Amino acid sequence: MIPIGDNILSSLGFSTAENYRAVQSGRTGLCFYEAYPGISEPIVASCIDRTRLDDCFSAAGGNPLEYTPLERAALLSVTFAAEQAGIDLAAPEVLFVFSSTKGNIHLLEEGAEARSDSRLYLWHTAGRIARYFRNANEPVVVSNACISGACAQIAAMRELAAGRFTCAVVVGVDLLSRFILSGFLSLKALSPAPCRPFDSERNGLNLGEAASTIIYRKVREEDSPQGVSLVEGAIRNDANHISGPSRTGEGCFRALQAVLKDHSPDDLAFICAHATATAYNDRMETIALTRAGLHQKPVNGLKGYFGHTLGAAGILESILTIRALQDGVILPTFGFTRGDTDYPLAVTNRMGYTQKTCALKMLSGFGGCNAALLFRKITRHAS
Amino acid sequence: MRPLYVRRTACVTTRAARVNGEEIPVVATSDPFLTALYRRLGIDYPRFFKMDGLSKLGFLASELLFWGDASRFLPREDCAVICFSRTSSLDTDRRYQASMRDYPSPSLFVYTLPNIVTAEIAIRNKLYGETSVYICETYNPHQIFRTIRNTFAHQPLRSALAGWTEYDGDTGEAFLMQIETQAASASEPLLSAGFLTTAKHNL
Repeated sequence: MIPIGDNILSSLGFSTAENYRAVQSGRTGLCFYEAYPGISEPIVASCIDRTRLDDCFSAAGGNPLEYTPLERAALLSVTFAAEQAGIDLAAPEVLFVFSSTKGNIHLLEEGAEARSDSRLYLWHTAGRIARYFRNANEPVVVSNACISGACAQIAAMRELAAGRFTCAVVVGVDLLSRFILSGFLSLKALSPAPCRPFDSERNGLNLGEAASTIIYRKVREEDSPQGVSLVEGAIRNDANHISGPSRTGEGCFRALQAVLKDHSPDDLAFICAHATATAYNDRMETIALTRAGLHQKPVNGLKGYFGHTLGAAGILESILTIRALQDGVILPTFGFTRGDTDYPLAVTNRMGYTQKTCALKMLSGFGGCNAALLFRKITRHAS
Repeated sequence: MRPLYVRRTACVTTRAARVNGEEIPVVATSDPFLTALYRRLGIDYPRFFKMDGLSKLGFLASELLFWGDASRFLPREDCAVICFSRTSSLDTDRRYQASMRDYPSPSLFVYTLPNIVTAEIAIRNKLYGETSVYICETYNPHQIFRTIRNTFAHQPLRSALAGWTEYDGDTGEAFLMQIETQAASASEPLLSAGFLTTAKHNL
């Protein structure tokens, strides 16, 4: 299946092109917030411009008062992706797949009671998004913590392969709230400075807001003149700890093995790691990549540009991985200077170029879950 | 598509527990029912007491499915855990939100993710396979059946624990099935969504 439309809506811009350009020119959306509402210490985060969001949402024909900010971001992201795809989202062969870790959780803060406010339920949010586009199919909602964006693409791939649907709108979104920020602070996972993925001096992650969408269409590769297709996806568990990553990178290693089972690592242009910039996560991924024999492949991480965008991350970072693979470039890892010496990894800190045809996206999350996606560039041989 | 079989079903609510439709007798004590069931099953796994309601339900249902299985603790990658839920982790979300007034609780925060129940089952039984949670408005047999079939279609799985895990603070239920690609003596074929309708109805 190939993407026929995509969108990234983040602190760095409201289109994939804007975000891709920003990343290529080395800009970050991370900002220092001396006083984030309700949070007792300064934080570094990447936030969507809410005024621009509402202006764009109104301009696209939506009524901001009818939707929560999170719903507006998701709806706008899908609207932009659909313009590019040029398909009728209301068609019965189109399926919506929704990814979010906490949805409208900020409503709890405002006094909403779960029993009475249906907007707190992820299926409700997903249903509102699908109905906005007059799509009558029950959306698929995945909720696997930080790997949800990869799981949503895997669910889409399986649904398209099963035959009932021809297109899948995969949309991921999370916005920041006191709920989420205080949780990560309580876990001591946040860095007080801009994050430094894979750097030996990394000391935690930054959180970020984003909505991102990929519209996939089922096609036979030979029928597609160009593009990048999602060819494999796997989810594996560490079976080790509910919040700490495995010391042996068990689930991550097994997910990598599963997606490479029928593919040669020689074709790998680069690997876009989860790379949250916490000491444990990046170490765990390094061990998994080393065990899988992939430690000499170029590796990048994109959280230095966007922070960790939670349920959107797997989709946002896949879009940039697809773009880069298409253009034969390897994006730099913002915030990385020097890596751990005991486990060397080929982390990129400047723009690279490649002729190779495959790229891997890795994700890991709470609950010991890990995912890997394999993308492949469709190459045309002169006949 | 390989045929699938259901070897066992287990249902744990906040008041009763059943395996293949047969109620497990649990003597009422001053403990909450789930704790009484844990003791009745003779499980020695102190992590249980740290779990939230959703995870306790799912964990106990998985214990009933693996009951008496000598090979259950052998590490394996060919068994998936697939849970469907309506209310997700909202009960713990509310409790975490309340904790924010004093000191946000990191241990509660981790349980504000609905996939932790799949992790608890994976950790207990050394299951390295896929763990997935899907959120749906209702117990929708068609979507659940389709998702289970899809999961088996794309990887070399031999088995899965799959079903409905739901907890809203007062009431809850975990209805899990042990699904396998090999027929066993008492297993029933999982041919259509109809099986899922009947299985839950008969509980």
